[in-house]
Amino acid sequence: MPDPLLSIRDFSVVYDVDPPVRAVSNVDIEIQRGEIVGLAGESGSGKTTLAYGVQRLLKPPAVITSGSVVFHDESGEDIDLHSLNAEQMRRFRWDRISMVFQGAMNALNPVATIGSQLDDVFVVHRPGMNRRQRRDAVAELLDIVKVGAARARSYPHELSGGMRQRVMIAMALALHPQLMVMDEPTTALDVLVQREILKQISQLRREFGFSVVFITHDLPLLLEISDRIAIMREGKIVEFATAQQIWTDPQHEYTRSLLRSFPRLTGEKSVVVR
Amino acid sequence: MTTLEFTNVTKIYNVRGSGQIKALDDVSFTLESRKTIGLVGQSGSGKSTIAKILTQLEVPTRGEVLLDGAPIRRSGKGLRRYRQQLRMVFQDPFASLNPYHSIRHHIERPLRLDKVVPRDQVDDEVRRLLDRVRLDPDAILERRPHELSGGQRQRVAIARALASRPALLVADEPVSMLDVSIRLGVLNLLADLQREEGLGMLYITHDLATARHFSDEILVLNQGRVVERGPADDVILHPKDPYTRELRAASPDPEEFFRTASAQAAASTHSLGGMR
Repeated sequence: MPDPLLSIRDFSVVYDVDPPVRAVSNVDIEIQRGEIVGLAGESGSGKTTLAYGVQRLLKPPAVITSGSVVFHDESGEDIDLHSLNAEQMRRFRWDRISMVFQGAMNALNPVATIGSQLDDVFVVHRPGMNRRQRRDAVAELLDIVKVGAARARSYPHELSGGMRQRVMIAMALALHPQLMVMDEPTTALDVLVQREILKQISQLRREFGFSVVFITHDLPLLLEISDRIAIMREGKIVEFATAQQIWTDPQHEYTRSLLRSFPRLTGEKSVVVR
Repeated sequence: MTTLEFTNVTKIYNVRGSGQIKALDDVSFTLESRKTIGLVGQSGSGKSTIAKILTQLEVPTRGEVLLDGAPIRRSGKGLRRYRQQLRMVFQDPFASLNPYHSIRHHIERPLRLDKVVPRDQVDDEVRRLLDRVRLDPDAILERRPHELSGGQRQRVAIARALASRPALLVADEPVSMLDVSIRLGVLNLLADLQREEGLGMLYITHDLATARHFSDEILVLNQGRVVERGPADDVILHPKDPYTRELRAASPDPEEFFRTASAQAAASTHSLGGMR
């Protein structure tokens, strides 16, 4: 039973340099409420540009040349993102769609405590909250992501990479968004920390019911965590299917070559020629 | 045939305020020509301390490192000769190349410093090395690191490491910062070079899948101690130590995942939590 959350139609982005680069061409994709969509492809395939473009976070020379993005709000209202003015867009972002940025561990302000950085989200987006409510909300968020409320007064350098990444996830969760876009959220972390964070994202999704767009070039990881996977190449989505289908019955030659390109933990040992 | 023995090495760091930290606890292994040892473990397990001791950036608190049976000199010519024998490839190919210098400069420098070939042959040798790592010398010699892709940069770093004709190579996460589609090419290049030049290699990583494919023997390090060691397939496919099992369970493994998923037939809505 389809229950779309975000409908992207005929979306294109061009980097207006000489010669112009078509970073995203005519992408159609629909994300369902509560599902995890994996977006895979190598560097330069346009996956980050697509994610940023949808939220109109791109800066010149990037130009959106075609397409529409409609957000089907849980209230039943359909919001055409391209019809929002700058102020409406600013309020929309983070409130309905939040992001965990690439290298997010290093995106925190080094001279402010993590508590005050989380507090900022509420100051900006929930002006009605008083100081005490905000403090409680920050404490709750830090508990949810298992950093612990006691760390609110810590500075980023006092936390490990995994903990800083959790703080970024707390920040993305703050306003109970309906969609979280995660751009390589665990790439810099080691496997044990990565697995722990992935489990947590899944648990939070079950609890809060948001959808996730998970961007990474780590296909083995995506196969395990995604409901559906979109394979991107040279600005186009070449294949979009369930993780199971991508694994057992890939349709596109490029998908097959991606699947062949990673060494298997337990499978055939043919990829590295020794 | 070159043999490097790392025998009963313990390394203790004195940390201001919090006393002593045992980074390595009685670690032993032997690195030799034509053999790859995979060193796996999570951040903080002591992998990099081993690399630092091997490159003589740190000195063991106890135990010793022997090259062909002899202790390593800590200074002067002896140290230089040792470093010529053992070279390193680092994780981040952007940070390990000097942004101000051309690729030619990077490869020429070790050739001149170690006087690997007579002066008038340096240029030919630079070209030969770039050929070795499958880069086109004419296209690349005068470029700067920022003009190259991550994969190309890592190939330059490998060519530089090979310049002094080492017998042993320490590769610290050499592909973890590269795209998945490029990783395999660089790993296969390292495997080719090892075969052709008879290199002994220490492959440091937290990626169990590549460790398994790339190594003969694997050492699993946890909190400075070797908790498991053995032939690569044994360690990864049939781990005995609880920590190795934990690492193995945390690593993405689509094969196993879909086997379990189809077994549970209720694969209609598999979720993150159902992973393992």
